[in-house]
Amino acid sequence: MHTITLREGADLDGFRRAVRRLAAAGTAPDKVLWSVGAPSLFGGEAALASEGGAPVFLPQAVGQLIETVVCHGDPERYALLYRLVWRVLNGERALLDQHADPLVHRLERLDKAVRRDIHKMHAFLRFRALPGPDGEERYVAWFEPDHHIVEAVAPFFVERFESMAWTILTPKGSLHWDRRRLMSGPPAERPDAPAHDRFVDDRFAEGWQRYYESTFNPARVNPTAMRAEMPRKYWANMPETAAIPAMVRSAPARVQAMLEAEAAVPRRRMPEKAVAAMARQAPDSLADLNRLIQRSEPLVPGATQAVLGEGPEGAAIAIVGEQPGDQEDREGRPFVGPAGQLLTAALEEAGIDRGGLYLTNAVKHFKFVQRGKRRIHQSPTAGEVKHYRWWLMTELGFVRPRLVVALGATAALAMTGRPVAVLRERGPMAFDGWNGFITVHPSYLLRLPGEEERRRAQAAFVADLRRAAALA
Amino acid sequence: MDDALIEKLGILADAAKYDASCASSGAKPRRGGKEGLGSTTGAGICHAYTPDGRCVSLLKILLTNHCLFDCVYCINRRSSNVRRARFTVEEVVELTLGFYKRNCIEGLFLSSGIIRSPDHTMEQMMLVARTLRRDHGFAGYIHLKTIPEASPWLIEQAGLWADRLSINLELPSDHSLKAFAPEKNGGTIKAVMGQVNERIVEAKEERRRFSPAGQSTQLIVGADDATDRSVLETSGTLYQRYGLRRVYYSAFSPIPEASSVLPVKPPPLQRENRLYQADWLLRYYGFTVEEIASGGEGGMLDLGIDPKLAWALKNRERFPVDVNRADREMLLRVPGLGARAVDKILSARRHTRLRMEDLGRLSNGLRRARPFLIAADYHPAGGLTDRLDLRQRLVTPSSQLSLF
Ligand code: SF4
Repeated sequence: MHTITLREGADLDGFRRAVRRLAAAGTAPDKVLWSVGAPSLFGGEAALASEGGAPVFLPQAVGQLIETVVCHGDPERYALLYRLVWRVLNGERALLDQHADPLVHRLERLDKAVRRDIHKMHAFLRFRALPGPDGEERYVAWFEPDHHIVEAVAPFFVERFESMAWTILTPKGSLHWDRRRLMSGPPAERPDAPAHDRFVDDRFAEGWQRYYESTFNPARVNPTAMRAEMPRKYWANMPETAAIPAMVRSAPARVQAMLEAEAAVPRRRMPEKAVAAMARQAPDSLADLNRLIQRSEPLVPGATQAVLGEGPEGAAIAIVGEQPGDQEDREGRPFVGPAGQLLTAALEEAGIDRGGLYLTNAVKHFKFVQRGKRRIHQSPTAGEVKHYRWWLMTELGFVRPRLVVALGATAALAMTGRPVAVLRERGPMAFDGWNGFITVHPSYLLRLPGEEERRRAQAAFVADLRRAAALA
Repeated sequence: MDDALIEKLGILADAAKYDASCASSGAKPRRGGKEGLGSTTGAGICHAYTPDGRCVSLLKILLTNHCLFDCVYCINRRSSNVRRARFTVEEVVELTLGFYKRNCIEGLFLSSGIIRSPDHTMEQMMLVARTLRRDHGFAGYIHLKTIPEASPWLIEQAGLWADRLSINLELPSDHSLKAFAPEKNGGTIKAVMGQVNERIVEAKEERRRFSPAGQSTQLIVGADDATDRSVLETSGTLYQRYGLRRVYYSAFSPIPEASSVLPVKPPPLQRENRLYQADWLLRYYGFTVEEIASGGEGGMLDLGIDPKLAWALKNRERFPVDVNRADREMLLRVPGLGARAVDKILSARRHTRLRMEDLGRLSNGLRRARPFLIAADYHPAGGLTDRLDLRQRLVTPSSQLSLF
């Protein structure tokens, strides 16, 4: 008979080492006696470690089950787990799929109990804020888990409260987090934790209790359902539960009072004016709309500020570009970068006064990714263009141009709501509610490689602008 | 936290409690890291339960219970005489962070009465979410109830910060909406649902964040004369056409300051429970609205038994089902067998022929399932499914059982 003595609590490492050794020696489960010793760090453990054994390869699901079940308080857990390992290693690789097998069923129940305990600790643990020695807040909690789960819950609390300093005390061990490192400590006792009445805490506990009472609907009282999910044993640690008895007791009377009360006759006069005013909430001027755009968050990544449209309200022609570029984003004005300069030159050549036009963009923010010092322009997606559409249409509604000229595919998409092949469809086109015209974006001209090709495209662009001006 | 704030909290939590949505599920795992605060785990955690058996997962409050609208079923309607209060954006932020740090909540569910204008209201709510996320690195869950009358741009802004948006339909039919919520417009509500759904789908494709945990809605039952069938038909449409994550059902509950238009007596709470069970069958068990409704009478679900059992009793010729042979779809229709049990059966029967004893370990609902199934060592005696008293034998008196 082999006797294996493991550390108290969830001794996963000790169990692993023992399994390696037992499996290597081919020791059958009924030849092993498992016992749990004092929480000693020396003696048995060191001896076991030196005995080693070859690694044992188990299906992942078995490994996961072991990790959970070793946390259970049942003294039989190691013996059951070793029987599982033994059977898995001896031909029953898929044993865990056999949920109806008595051993598997039993282990699944242990697994479930541990998981539930972990879940309840995630849920019902309450921190209290205590002023620390350095004036900083330290959050302290007391909790009494059923099983040896203190280490298992640590990652959850570290992840969730990484920026806080906290301590969790339990009769099965403690955890301390100082914002950088996690330290485990010895078991604690109830008096080690601050009592409810020492809950200095800026009255958050009081506020929380008030919240808890107020969120309860007396017309639906059902304490059985409550107790099924939140058994009494947890109540001692939760400040809000002190209110439960009174809430339950007073519920029937509260409901009775509601049912007996006559239907209410409104005391206040109907605020007709306010209701009518409320219906008119849309921005009622271009300036209003612009304020709203400036206040809003960019709907594309990047952007330091919104770039608003420019030009007189009532302009005969509104020109809609794609989105601001690097320079526009810095200056907060549309069409001031290289493409804008090209546009200005083309307008001049076409004999159109730029000052008389309304210039704006389909997307109001510069979308870019940072590569070192450079900010690389990114085309907006169809979804992003759609996000901005409401602003653009409202804006055009205030400007009321006779003609809207869309420069390039993005602007055409914004105006028509569908993808447009600009080079093929350039020319007049009916937009949603507007007389429209489609032509290329000047940045397209900048990208053309050949001198000759560029000259020809530029001439065509100027011709388009002339045609548009004639239509307006 | 001073007296005034605690007092406001009481009023504005009380005013928010009639909204059934409280879950914090569906968000992608996320963490606040060294500078931020909080995390989401995907599944959500209930941090407490109140004596009405419902869970406390989020800080569920209104920004204000002042309202210019006059929806008769609502305690906050402008003609009601309740005490009014109003939080500032900063106060809601402070409360959320304070409670979150003490591990009382998973995040915030923020709703509001409509003040000044729908846009103004929506913007304030959006600002709460934005401040939490941007200024405090808050990574917990945020659920915003949108004001459907607000401008589209504001709803888009809200979707940038929230995990979930909800747009409450409240009443299943346009005509009851007109009668009970005169300022509301069923068309607007659905248009916003459509808009939000479109944005969610796009954002997923483009890998952007926009209400990543989807959208949900609430329907009040028992305030108007809508049948369960028509409620479920509405839900069916919402799931299919607008990709909703959840429809919540809230049995109309007596409220202080009730309007005289409303029924005096609330519907039985069991009705709400049955609707949740039916909804579950709709989403996960492959039932159609028609099939579910056929288990009841006159468009109403049977209050005495759950809808799956009701359907099985009316379709006895399809039982018993052989657990060692039947396909998944049919096993899912056996009363008492949940989806988890069915999956276990399917995987276990690859290794062995299942007997009753095995099934006892695979399912907790075997007592109810027994008359409807065949196992290796069991066949219901003398066609148990034909017995007239089957229903009586299966109904547990005062069953408060819920599927969840
Ligand atoms: S708009 Fe909302 S808060 Fe206002 S009365 Fe209607 S349901 Fe109540």
